[in-house]
Parts: sequence; structure tokens; C-alpha cells
Amino acid sequence: MRMNVDLPGLRLKNPIIPASGCFGFGEEFAKLYDLSILGGIMIKAATGEARFGNQTPRVAETAQGMLNAIGLQNPGVETIIAEKLPFLSTFDTEIIANVAGSTPEEYIEVTRQLSADPTVKAIELNISCPNVKCGGMQFGTDPVMAAELTRRVKAASSKPVYVKLSPNVTSIVEMAKAVEAAGADGLTMINTLVGMRIDVQTGKPILANRIGGLSGPAIKPVAVRMVYEVAQAVDIPIIGMGGVRTVDDVLEFIYAGASAVAVGTANFENPYVCQEIIEALPARLDSLGIDHILDVRGKAYAQLVSRP
Amino acid sequence: MRRDVTIISNQQIAKATMEMKVRCPGVTVAPGTFFHIKTSGLLRRPLSVANVEGDIVTFLYKVVGEGTTELAGKRIGDVLDVLGPLGNGFPLEQYGKRVVLVGGGIGVPPLYYVRRKLQAMGIETVAILGFDSKDSVFYEQAFRELGETIITTVDGSHGERGFVTGPLARVEADVLFSCGPEAMLKAVATSSIPERYLSIENRMGCGIGACFACVCQAPDGYVKVCIDGPVFKAEEVLL
Repeated sequence: MRMNVDLPGLRLKNPIIPASGCFGFGEEFAKLYDLSILGGIMIKAATGEARFGNQTPRVAETAQGMLNAIGLQNPGVETIIAEKLPFLSTFDTEIIANVAGSTPEEYIEVTRQLSADPTVKAIELNISCPNVKCGGMQFGTDPVMAAELTRRVKAASSKPVYVKLSPNVTSIVEMAKAVEAAGADGLTMINTLVGMRIDVQTGKPILANRIGGLSGPAIKPVAVRMVYEVAQAVDIPIIGMGGVRTVDDVLEFIYAGASAVAVGTANFENPYVCQEIIEALPARLDSLGIDHILDVRGKAYAQLVSRP
Repeated sequence: MRRDVTIISNQQIAKATMEMKVRCPGVTVAPGTFFHIKTSGLLRRPLSVANVEGDIVTFLYKVVGEGTTELAGKRIGDVLDVLGPLGNGFPLEQYGKRVVLVGGGIGVPPLYYVRRKLQAMGIETVAILGFDSKDSVFYEQAFRELGETIITTVDGSHGERGFVTGPLARVEADVLFSCGPEAMLKAVATSSIPERYLSIENRMGCGIGACFACVCQAPDGYVKVCIDGPVFKAEEVLL
């Protein structure tokens, strides 16, 4: 027991969680390894009705990263509850349901339904998707709107609510404080950075949506910095993410102040990456002389504070 | 599903077109399926299978960007990290009839493996292969050894001038298997051949159905090219 992490609503056997949108509803990965080894699973965003998402191309590779503009394609909350959660309930892992919407009412209704399902242990409030015209990031870039939505979703939820923060803001600390004050039980951060690639043969953006969310190793330093700043400013726990693909990436986020870590894009490059990180963690903790992984949480700033 | 394979040859066979053979012990590959190949880039590259002989799997690929340029620079003995075989291929077993194979450009390769399999099953085939020009034609002789083969080039520098749709209009068959650029698939999808199967290409993310990147429009929403395809009945997709 040197990797377990207890967070609001979540008893994680280890701090490794596949990130929402990068793991579907687990079915594909369950063919590759036992999902019960995972600390938890952040399932693909749910909306009130089924969404078909954006036109293709939906992905474009970048240096050490990728852009995506999927557009929240999902079968809708009722189908997710009826057809996806029963399968996920067969695994010994904590299910975190990502909730998206175009209006506050949609967020609230989807949260109400998902949080009522016993398989769901926590809600991840997605106010940071850059790839939809309505809702999504617009709620996540204005602290007043973000706080108001958090308050209403929290009131509708029978499970703890983690707010997923967008990095596309001037002050992520201000956003974090706003949603904490509005009752958020935790934060997940960061979502993707808005970006674009242009095909020089055609002179046009590669993505059909024109802009997309940048993820992968390219954004890790941004994510680590943001976790580092926010962790010192709030009292609620943070699940950190952004470019994680190795055990040392995980430790960087923990040192920066995260209590658990989500793995996103790396699942596309190597579908076994979460399993490999979990297997590699104990030996790495040994080699660094760390007893429990949370012993180093926030040590990156704690050391600075205590330096004479 | 993930394995390391060793390159035993990697050579240019036509304009910007490479043939790579890898040793892949113990693998069973259905014609029309693909492998997802790791390069130094973040995302893997999906490559169709052009042939399987014993433990040797052949990929043909066009050098178009960073990933395929890197692959083209690989040498004999280099090891590749691959996922696969992935997806659903052409439904060979159902047809004891005459099959027309229609390929365009870098969509031609999977049809070679298909044709070898069909020939082994005693099924008669005719191949119509379209290329831009003479210097981009590949595997012509290999296809001819397996049966009637019609080559078209857009500029008329080899075979018939024009597109595959010209010869297709005069060919009689019960089933059509096709792979190639979207414009070509669109044209052959409405041909008069009673049963038509299309292999679709798209930019992929994970290759295993989780990321929803490589979707294709279908009559009732979207299908995922990587796990619902890449081979679809013509009626199953809207191109």
C-alpha cells in the first residue's frame, strides 16, 4: 500500500487514471489488459443527447503532440447508463463520469442522471472542451460563469464534482479559486491547449474544425506549471494531466502538487501505457527512496518554502 | 497485439512508393486488415498488408510526410513496434463467384493479398488498377501472374488512359472489392456490380476504436474506420 490515494468519492488503488476522451468507455482496452489494475477511469464525455461530433479530419500530429477536434462524439447519457456503465461496473476500479453540455440545464440533467448511477463514483465537469461551438470552453474561461455552473451542477450531483480546467485562460489560479469557492470537490487539469495546423499544399487548416486541442508531451511543462501554481492556491485535490507517458512524468505532477495523474494521448501511441506505468511505479519509488507516492506531493514548492 | 517486427527489406518500387518486408512470426492476417506502425512521431501510421508469405508480411507505402519519410530510411535489421493486425478485412469466404478488384494508387496493395487468397480458393478475379502515370505503377507483373489485369493511368503513359471507372463499366462480376482515394471509392460505390465492398482510409489516432478520430459518415451516424472497417459494404458508408 504505497500507491493508494483517497480523494473525495474515490478510493484509488494507485494514482493512474486514463483521461477522458482517450479511453472511450474502456471496452477496447479491456481486450488488452485487466482494467481492474487502474486506479480509476475517466470515461468519455457524456451529453444529454447523442452527438455525432465534428467532420474529419479530426486529428493532426504536431511536434511531440497532436491536435484533436473530435467534438464530443458520444451516444448520449441514457445510452451510456444503459449500455456502457454495466460493462464498466464489472471492474474493480473507480469510474469518473465526464459531463459536457451546451447549456447549464444540459450539464445539470446529465450530472443528475450519471451521479445517480452506483457505478459512477465522481463527476468530472467538462467546462474546457475547445472543440464545440456551444458550451464547453465558454463556461471554463470566465470565472463567474464557471463558478455559477459549478454551484448548480454540485447542487444536482449526488457524487463529488471535479471541475476540469482549461489552460486557455489568463489566470488558471483565478479559475481554480472561483470553482473551489463554488463548491468543487476537486480539480482535474489541464484540458488541451487551443491550436491549429495548416497544410502548406492547400494553405488550409488540416482539421475540419480548423482549430483543435493540443495534447501530448508538448504540453506537459505547461500542465506541470499550472498544477504547481494552482496547488498552492487551493485546498481541494488536483488530478493532474497533460502529456504524461512515463512513470517520471507521473512523479513530476505529484511533486507539482497533484494527488493523482491522468494519462491521455499516450494511450493512442501505446495502448498498454497505463499498465506499464503502474507496473513501473514501485521500482521507481524504490530507486528515488520514496515510501508512499503521496510523500512527495507538493514537494516542489514545499522545498522552496522551507529553504532557509 | 503489439509486437516488435524485424525489417528484412525496404526498397523503392515506384515513384515515392516503398515496399517493406518484415518478419512477423506466428501472425495470422486477414486480407484487408492493417497494422499500426510506431515511428518517432506521436501517432502511429496505419499501413495495409500487401502480402503474407509464411512469417513475412509485406507493406507498401507512399512517402508523403514525416512518418513515412522516416520509415523509408529504415534499414534491414531495424525493428519496428507495430500493433496489429487491426480491423476487419474483405469477406472472402462468402463468394464462390467472380470478383473484380479495383485499386487506386496506394490503395492497390491490399488487393494483391486479397487476390492471392481468392486464387488459392479457386475464385476467378479480374483486377483494375489505376495510377497517376507510368512511373507510379507497381506490382503490375505480380498482378498479371494471378489473372486478368487492366492498368489505367491518368495521363495515358501506361495502360489505358483515364480512370478505373472506364474498364469497370465493361467488366462483369458478382462482387467488387475496392481500395483507393475517396473520389475513386465514391465512383465505384455506385457501379452496377451487385455487391460492393470499399476499404476506407482516414487519419487515425489510436487504431483500436477508442479515440473517435477516424470516423466516416454512415446512413445512421458515424462508423469507425479502424474497428468497424476499414472494409465496409458500399451501403454502410456515405462518402
